[in-house]
Amino acid sequence: MLRPLPLLTTMVLLGPVAFGLIGTVLPAFGFLVPGADAPLAHALDWPGLPRALAVSVLSGVLSTLGALIGATLILAGWHGTAAFGWMERVLSPLLAVPHAAAALGLAFLIAPSGWILRIPANLLGWDQAPDLLILNDAWGLSLTAGLIAKELPFLLLMMLAALPQAEVGPRLRVARSLGQGRIAGWLKAVFPSVYAQVRLPVLVVLVFGMTNVDVAVILGPSTPVTLSVQVTRWMTDPDLAFRAVAAAGGLILFAATVAVLALWWAGERLAARLGRAWIWSGRGLPESPARLAGLLLAGGSAAMVLAGLGALAVWSVAALWTFPDMLPDALTMRSWSRFGPEMGAVALRTLTLAAGATLVSVILVIGCLEAEHRFGLTLGQRALWLLYLPLLVPQVAFLPGLQLLPLSLGFGPSVWLVLAGHVVFVLPYVFLSLAGPFRAWDVRLARVASGLGATPNRTLWRLRLPMLLGPLLTAVAVGVAVSVGQYLVTLLLGGGRVPTLATEAVALSSGGDRRAIGVWGLGQAGAALVPFMLALIVPAVVFRNRRGMLHV
Amino acid sequence: MSRFAPLVLAALLAAPAFADPDPADWQAVTEAAKGQTVYWHAWGGSTATNDFIAWIGERAAEQGVTLEHVKLSDTADAVGAVLTEQQAGRDTDGSVDMIWINGANFASMKEADLLFGPFAEQLPNWRFVDVEGKTVTSDFTVPTEGYESPWAMAQLVVVYDSARVKSPPKSADALLEWVGENPGRFTYPQPPDFLGTTFLKQMLIELVPDPAILQDPVGESYADDTAILWEVLDQMRPALWRQGRAYPENGPRQFQLINDGEVDLAFSFSPGEATTAIANFELPDTVRTYVLEGGTIGNASFVAIPYNSSAKEGAMVVANILLSPEAQLRAQTPDILGYGTVLDMDKLSPEDRAAFDALDLGVATLSPAQLGQALPEPHPSWATRLAEDWVARYGVAQ
Amino acid sequence: MSDGLCFDAVTIEKDGTRLLSVSASVAPGDVLTLMGPSGSGKSTLLSLVMGDLPPAFRTSGRVILKGRDLAGLPPEARHIGILYQDPLLFPHLSVAANLAFGLPRGESRAMRRDLVKTALEDVDLAGFGPRDPATLSGGQAARVALMRTLLSRPAALLLDEPFSKLDTGLRDQMRRLVFDRARAARVPVLMVTHDEADAEAAGGEVIRL
Repeated sequence: MLRPLPLLTTMVLLGPVAFGLIGTVLPAFGFLVPGADAPLAHALDWPGLPRALAVSVLSGVLSTLGALIGATLILAGWHGTAAFGWMERVLSPLLAVPHAAAALGLAFLIAPSGWILRIPANLLGWDQAPDLLILNDAWGLSLTAGLIAKELPFLLLMMLAALPQAEVGPRLRVARSLGQGRIAGWLKAVFPSVYAQVRLPVLVVLVFGMTNVDVAVILGPSTPVTLSVQVTRWMTDPDLAFRAVAAAGGLILFAATVAVLALWWAGERLAARLGRAWIWSGRGLPESPARLAGLLLAGGSAAMVLAGLGALAVWSVAALWTFPDMLPDALTMRSWSRFGPEMGAVALRTLTLAAGATLVSVILVIGCLEAEHRFGLTLGQRALWLLYLPLLVPQVAFLPGLQLLPLSLGFGPSVWLVLAGHVVFVLPYVFLSLAGPFRAWDVRLARVASGLGATPNRTLWRLRLPMLLGPLLTAVAVGVAVSVGQYLVTLLLGGGRVPTLATEAVALSSGGDRRAIGVWGLGQAGAALVPFMLALIVPAVVFRNRRGMLHV
Repeated sequence: MSRFAPLVLAALLAAPAFADPDPADWQAVTEAAKGQTVYWHAWGGSTATNDFIAWIGERAAEQGVTLEHVKLSDTADAVGAVLTEQQAGRDTDGSVDMIWINGANFASMKEADLLFGPFAEQLPNWRFVDVEGKTVTSDFTVPTEGYESPWAMAQLVVVYDSARVKSPPKSADALLEWVGENPGRFTYPQPPDFLGTTFLKQMLIELVPDPAILQDPVGESYADDTAILWEVLDQMRPALWRQGRAYPENGPRQFQLINDGEVDLAFSFSPGEATTAIANFELPDTVRTYVLEGGTIGNASFVAIPYNSSAKEGAMVVANILLSPEAQLRAQTPDILGYGTVLDMDKLSPEDRAAFDALDLGVATLSPAQLGQALPEPHPSWATRLAEDWVARYGVAQ
Repeated sequence: MSDGLCFDAVTIEKDGTRLLSVSASVAPGDVLTLMGPSGSGKSTLLSLVMGDLPPAFRTSGRVILKGRDLAGLPPEARHIGILYQDPLLFPHLSVAANLAFGLPRGESRAMRRDLVKTALEDVDLAGFGPRDPATLSGGQAARVALMRTLLSRPAALLLDEPFSKLDTGLRDQMRRLVFDRARAARVPVLMVTHDEADAEAAGGEVIRL
């Protein structure tokens, strides 16, 4: 029962990526799609390619650097302070806000006629919005800003999780007693070990930044679009031959991703070298500006996403709201009564799908972890890479193939295919979220229990899982949030037939009815956030009389 | 949960491959349609349209047909889905049952034999359709031959805020001049968006000496014919919104820009859309519409059924509902959709005709007389070629 | 000797190195004490008895409990109770549910309640049943842990540095309690410790590794 689970999990993670890549590579070289003539050459001939690729790479690298620097500075400069505690509380829930919802909110915030510029417009009496290319700018800077705002909390929480193994307290005390400033000491003594642990998440952020579709559609440039968006467009072109061109484009983006990852790796080497030289030099850092920068970046991210959600909320109840008014003429529930019922129905579908994908993932993950505990069956050192594989291979590189292959086997797009696709992306996050607490569980309890005659199954169900209720529910909430945020996989594997909050919200973004976007965006954010609230509340209620469960 | 179940079931139960239904045997069609789920792939960028389709769904449910609106950002997505299925050999039980379609998408699907039919002229409500007065039997010059059924008439109108613009430009030349005088206040949806492409076609009709050449497929003289268009666009570009470095994605997005005070003019392919948008708070009530002095392009919106649809009977039932006086009246009601009807008033019952006559089209909707005779659509090859060339010139920074 | 715990020429090796070899037997109610520095293989021997020795270790010889060779039996089938320096009460269960956890099946609900109640009274903890284990003092928790083990009617009892975390006064009290109870229940005891005083109090055979 338990023994095959690690292998099955490996196949769940590896299979779709491998098959998908094959299904992408073959058409890219002219196989599988009849009528495709030299697709690779066609993709390479696309006049927008240089700029599209440049913007993809630029927004990926810059957003990763921004998020990493911001998370590092806030952690180095403020960890342990009241301000940090407050920031952590604000940023953690933001992590769950789906990319699309956050981007939609941000789009209204930073547009030339958006909330921010309406402040000077009111003060200076502008009756026309300034003609500035802020949103959808040609070099993807607003896309980069949006990605930073969304990825900074992610990296911050990953780094926080890595802190216990880095002996922060003692190392920092030593460094500071040796005359290093707070941030300089942290960077020199703690950062290398923390970075070693968050390296894969950083690479995930890098790949996502380069290849995402939903954020790029909303915030990215349009003349031309980023390469990932162009690949998605080719994929849905009425001309059949463009499927192959899309595959070729996906392959080009994949190659670019590999190249950038290699460059990043070289950059890591270089940074380590420079870091050592810096340590030898004994020089410090301008501490106060660095601390301030960290606070501004992290605080700015939080403020942007929160204000964006606020904007969605106001739009969802707005009557007429024209430039340059800060608030609508009047409030009305009309948009909620127009879009609310359908949104609610789709939210239910979305959550059902999320629950299914999460359930499958949780079962596989618990199975793997329990098999590791009972039989020492681990996936070895490569397990971590395996887990990250679906997150490190660009979605646009393997999803086209994943759409094409089942089709050639006679499975059309269906809700089951979408469910399976979601599992591929939900499982890694559930695993990462649950593995730590599961392994940290005191196994002496299991020995005591077996001494009391409890079978391993009874120990699992009566002791381990109930004691891990908190982490388990958090893992479920993470899984649901990931599933609720999946756009491309739902769109492609569902053939458009499986509407979820993500696909509907992104589809609406092109129309620009901000009231509908408000209702749907809030719905998507809510669907991701409510499980987190439950994950906090339920264990607190269940274990309200069990003090010993507070730290588990 | 309960709404999820039918979806799951529908996905599970692969319907056996029946022979194609006979549209002439309407009794059999309605019988077979009962219990079918029709996936209608239709552009989902306008919430007003989405609401209308949901209403059609309620009417379909009365006849035992479940209608699911698959919201597209581009109709080509649905065409692509059918192509993929054909390529994979999935000739029955396809995922697309009905497509809101016209122009190049119809032409390419018809040419590739991807459509079921002919069925349109056998629909019971076809008897009300204005076959003489409206372009419902040819689509961008391509004969429909019953492979698609019309459901709405569209005509290009220009939308402006009368509180900001006193005398809007009414010809291509006047527009060029106006843009020069009002830099940053004009833009158009980014081709290949259909409205943006329609703007290009409209400009071309205005600019070429003999618009009749556009009725034939693109020929040898294409470069010469269109040189004047690119010249005008080149001149316009520096004075466009964002200096032409970004464009709105589609028509509704342009409305948002008017509402946000970013631009002063917008386009709509539906004469009543501006009035609907005012009712939905999307535009201020000072917005008005007009057509150019030389007239504007008009066409019909159709629905077509893919050859491998799993619910051809259900789709025909829905197409028939779309042609019913009740649905057509609703579509033309300005607060709801404001689309022009495809029906011939003379063929309707007196009560239905009275209902159409009683419609208050709204402040921002032109009367049929003000709209005037619509200009015919050029051959679809023009739209395709113009959009491609536009993208090559302006859509990809070099 | 057939109803005690018997080590018949037991050896444990890892990577070709012999960690320990033991031949000894413990009669019911008696205590065998293992003493030795860290890394001498004490806890490995406990694992061997418990039945969760990692596969990297190679063993020879036999461990016999009540005349039964333990080889191949899963841990839960061996009926061997274990006490650590921490009481390791299950934090999500009440004190009473902790005690009931190891009760053999097959008895009525009322009977099980009675057993738990009596056990609590037995160690001066009457009325503690509904309590949260986290609210018990160190000594109280240690007594609950002992009773939890004894209620499961173990065939043998393993003690892994059981008293090292208790303060001196409490330590004597607990030693007496544990050894008295084990003797009364006629359970053979294997104790691993650093503390000479533990060995003295146990009074049985001492093996120094």
